[in-house]
Amino acid sequence: MNAIAQVFNRLKDPRYYQIAVLSSLVIFGVVGLDFGIRWSNAILIVASALSVQYLGTKLTKLTRFDPLSPLITSLSLTLLFRTDMAALAMLAACMAIGSKFLIRVNGKHVFNPANFAIVTLMLASNHAWISSGQWGNAAIGAFALACLGFIVLTRARRSETTITFLIAYATLMFGRALWLGDPLSIPLHQMQNGALLIFAFFMISDPKTTPDARIGRVIYAAFVASVAYLIQFVLYEPSAPVLALIVCAPVVPAVDALFRGQNYRWDQPKGLQKDLSKNMPKGVYQ
Amino acid sequence: MRVFVLIISAALTVALSGTAQAFCGFYVAKADTSLFNRASQVVLVRDGNRTVLTMANDFEGDVKDFAVVIPVPTFIERGQINVADKTLIDHLDAYTSPRLVEYFDPDPCMRYEMDMAGALKSSMPRSSREMERRAKADGVTIEASYTVGEYDILILSAKESDGLIKWLDESGYKIPKGASKVVGSYLKQDMRFFVAKVNLEAQQKAGYSYLRPLQVAFESRKFMLPIRLGTLNAKGEQELYVYALTRTGRVETTNYRTVKLPSDTEVPEFVKTEFSDFYRSMFEKQVQEQNRRAVFIEYAWDMAWCDPCAADPLSADELRKLGVFWTGEANRSTKGQAQNVFVTRLHLRYDKEHFPEDLLFQETGDRQNFQGRYVVRHAFKGEATCDLTNYEAQLRERHEREAQQLANLTGWDIDDIREKIPLIADTQAGQPKPWWKALWD
Repeated sequence: MNAIAQVFNRLKDPRYYQIAVLSSLVIFGVVGLDFGIRWSNAILIVASALSVQYLGTKLTKLTRFDPLSPLITSLSLTLLFRTDMAALAMLAACMAIGSKFLIRVNGKHVFNPANFAIVTLMLASNHAWISSGQWGNAAIGAFALACLGFIVLTRARRSETTITFLIAYATLMFGRALWLGDPLSIPLHQMQNGALLIFAFFMISDPKTTPDARIGRVIYAAFVASVAYLIQFVLYEPSAPVLALIVCAPVVPAVDALFRGQNYRWDQPKGLQKDLSKNMPKGVYQ
Repeated sequence: MRVFVLIISAALTVALSGTAQAFCGFYVAKADTSLFNRASQVVLVRDGNRTVLTMANDFEGDVKDFAVVIPVPTFIERGQINVADKTLIDHLDAYTSPRLVEYFDPDPCMRYEMDMAGALKSSMPRSSREMERRAKADGVTIEASYTVGEYDILILSAKESDGLIKWLDESGYKIPKGASKVVGSYLKQDMRFFVAKVNLEAQQKAGYSYLRPLQVAFESRKFMLPIRLGTLNAKGEQELYVYALTRTGRVETTNYRTVKLPSDTEVPEFVKTEFSDFYRSMFEKQVQEQNRRAVFIEYAWDMAWCDPCAADPLSADELRKLGVFWTGEANRSTKGQAQNVFVTRLHLRYDKEHFPEDLLFQETGDRQNFQGRYVVRHAFKGEATCDLTNYEAQLRERHEREAQQLANLTGWDIDDIREKIPLIADTQAGQPKPWWKALWD
């Protein structure tokens, strides 16, 4: 009886849903869209991420090895990161998980692990890129993605980051179209982008790297959307949201200092977080 | 295995379009000639922020009626515009064309090995002062005007789209409906416009009976191709071929899906004589399957070689003329194939509804080679010196498989296909027709 309760309690961790959704997206991408995910890369990414997490757990003397977060990071990398070199795929996974242990401020890691690895490698190498157009713009597909992602988020109870980001970004896109006198089919087309939705639901939403207070998260998400807009329409760089997130990430500690809130814990139901957080090391899970 | 390779390339201008072609801008007729653009070919050379665009034009009509308005991201000086040789694009087209490869079955009774391969390739009439005066009145600045080759070129900037449209209209250019909004949008995005029309005198002097491709070199962070103006005066869908020449790897669109066309498929022998039809049907079916919203890759290859070759790779000299600036002096002196150039041939069928936004590109690190390649295998036709029952059974199976693959690729009726394959048609002819065949015919 106790065991069943334990399993049930475990399943409350929203990361299980996140893993399920991301995995089905990978399968959809490979089977339905055929957009160049290499299985060998995917396996290398998962293996490297788990190894580095294990190593990090040992070195920082954490109480237990947690495979869920590195798995999520691996899936995000598989979905967004493209490379023609297997070594780079491995390096991406190592950098992502490594950054979690090494780049920390006030007990929180600064960068979303997958985001950090993707952007760094993209800037450093010609062999790394994001295929942001490859999800296509099929409205139904986008809708399905959005809903699936939303389930994950409401479980994580931090959906305001995603919602604010999407509203702010859409406002900027539609506002721009109105200013330019463009037909609304253009901003609509810009919003129906699979990579954008994956970013909004699975990357910027990461509760570990967003501000602790709700108001902080809302401000932060709007800020990321504005920076993404500038990157896209002033610098004309593709994959603007992903770049914007890494630019904005260092602001989070400052926002946290302004608005105090509670550090997020994946594995505890909401009400219990405060009491238990004393006994558990903070913020090492994604 | 004894293999003869024969390649028929679908040189697109002949096989795939056949109608008037256009730039990515819009045509503006000077008379009420009904003009429309259906297809265009653009060579897009890009490295860093440097871009060289070559726009091929198969304008069919009286050249005195020809004029085109093209948005460009920056101000263009005289030296940045050039007129290129049409053969450059024709060569690039032939080199990157989807191809049909032919193999011949060896004598099933003999066992020997021999290689033999042979490749076969298939083949404005007002004074400038007055224009300027009116330009000022309309809020249009003629930033520069040049004559380049057979073209008169005006670089325009304007404060408002209405002024520009009015000016173009008053200068005798016929502007398609809805152009004002799109022009206004581009103006707010700091784009300049470049108007090219044919200078009849210069054209006669040069002795060309057709219009040569226009080239423009500029530096801009924008890696894009404006297609919105092109949809305005087009009747229905248009074809666009983009040949991207880059240093690192394959080019793809970032705001539309880039999809590889089905390739390396065996098709029945008769496709050899209907290759253009086959390709057109296959392409249309793929367009439909992607909800008319995808850009297709027909070829992605390192320019140094090809296998099989539909045409020789372009020489360093040809590439430089197309704008590949990074091959540098070293290659200029050495004859031989260019290095460090990767070509991506993109093909899209677009209209306003399915491609509302301009094409945005990015260069990827992917150097994996891809080609549209279709295979015909000819049955052994020689004199048999042994019992062929086994071979014929295999052949029948293969033909059936090929028929089904062809039906899948093109959406053609499987029975029509079977009828064109003698071995299957004969077999079917020998069998009584099903009882329901005669019911409603």
